[in-house]
Amino acid sequence: MADALVITGLDCFYEDTQILYGLGFSLRQGEVHCLLGRNGAGKTTALKAIMGLVPARAGSIRLDGVELTELPPHEVPKAGVAYVPQGRRLFAEMTVAENIEIGLMARNKGAAVRDAVLDLFPILRERLKQRSGTLSGGEQQMLAMARALCLEPQVLLLDEPTEGLMPSMIAKIRETVTRLRARGVSTILVEQRVDAVLPVADRVSFIENGRVRETVEVDRLRDEPELVKRYVGVS
Amino acid sequence: MAFGPHLLLATLEGLVTAAVLALTALGLSLVFGVMRVVNVAHGEFFMLGAVLAWAVASAFGGHPAVGFVAALVVAPLIVGALALVADLLVLKRLNYNPEATIVATIGLLYIIQQAALSFYGPEARPVEAPFSYRVLLPWFGYSGYKLAVIGASILLLLATWFVLARTRIGMVMRATQYDSETAQAFGIPVDRVYAGVFAVGAMLAAVAAVLIVPTSQAHYLMGRDPLLLSFIVVIIGGLGSLRGTVVAALLIGVSDGIISVFFSPTLAKIIATLAVAMVLVFRPQGLFGTAAR
Repeated sequence: MADALVITGLDCFYEDTQILYGLGFSLRQGEVHCLLGRNGAGKTTALKAIMGLVPARAGSIRLDGVELTELPPHEVPKAGVAYVPQGRRLFAEMTVAENIEIGLMARNKGAAVRDAVLDLFPILRERLKQRSGTLSGGEQQMLAMARALCLEPQVLLLDEPTEGLMPSMIAKIRETVTRLRARGVSTILVEQRVDAVLPVADRVSFIENGRVRETVEVDRLRDEPELVKRYVGVS
Repeated sequence: MAFGPHLLLATLEGLVTAAVLALTALGLSLVFGVMRVVNVAHGEFFMLGAVLAWAVASAFGGHPAVGFVAALVVAPLIVGALALVADLLVLKRLNYNPEATIVATIGLLYIIQQAALSFYGPEARPVEAPFSYRVLLPWFGYSGYKLAVIGASILLLLATWFVLARTRIGMVMRATQYDSETAQAFGIPVDRVYAGVFAVGAMLAAVAAVLIVPTSQAHYLMGRDPLLLSFIVVIIGGLGSLRGTVVAALLIGVSDGIISVFFSPTLAKIIATLAVAMVLVFRPQGLFGTAAR
């Protein structure tokens, strides 16, 4: 399977503090690739670096031959990468419809994409005029994903999408990720919880101290739970 | 004059102050709301608007309305262009850092003020109103132009509300205001939004100055009072809140008019400053602002 996104030798800093040390991994076409690691390992920074929100001081991020590190941050989504940040980061004072409109604007998508996305999350159709900050946690997560999917991305970055959600919502998110995979969308999924990863992931990369320590097929993870214990601290 | 008509006159004067103040403060509030930049040079953009209005109006002969209309178009455009240059050369290079931009805009204040002194001079110069018509009330006559200033300010405030609330540009500005990082992740060129907002904020101050200068005079030090009053208004109303800015401008403008007429302008400023202190103590986010998340 061809690689959709290839990251090599990525160094990133927050001011003078180095967070990523030569981080590298690849994302295959239509793959769900999970990044697992302890708090502060550099998972979220890796996603922000892909989006250009944390500048890379060294290394490369290539998407279909395009070097993303050379693009200004606002051009990265136009290249086909969509981001669902940790904590959703909705425009809370804006309505559901306006949040979706912001997603559509990035790649000039129209009503057809909007309808397709709302078909994935029908509850949002009933809430279009509601201020997004007043939605329930699960609905906010659906909106965050809907807003990102309005870009019709080749690569989707999900940062802890199941955080604080009840099991029915987690199942809904898993179902959406699985559907997107079937459509050929490649996904990088950052998670703390291994049980949230196993049902949807194809491969898992363990991140420790800003480096990818090991990348394994998800089946190996089932056979060797000690891997999880080593890098995440729980099995 | 009896108390009632005297009060009406004071209220009308207060409404004129409030209308112009609302426009000026809205510019300051937009810049802070979207960019988190406290623009200490905002009053100088107001002053430049007035000075340029004199320059443009003087360049046109004939009916005063011709020069005034030209000034109403040209002065804000020049001020907006200057603000764009200031954004590009100063604010952007400081990465819009809130503390650094305060110091930088203080520098900008002095540069603009001293440039005006050098090229325009220390004199206060009048700009003729586009028309002179007195509205005759049963108790006194009142300047029709001042009433037109109130009307024009209301129209401009409504236009600003419409742009912010009902257009794509407004949506992009609001998204940038709420979360600039996420806005970038959705293709919004935040630097360009900042530059545009800084220019629009300066243009609002310039328009306000062009509107009010026929009732006063253009002078290179005239930016101080609008800056102080704008800060008072945006702190009371809530930084970044259009509704708060308008309500606070009405409160400050009308009370300033009434207290100035019946007591003294100094007392009006003391009360306004006290009001700011009370708001900062009991409701730091302002009357209509949102508490920091």
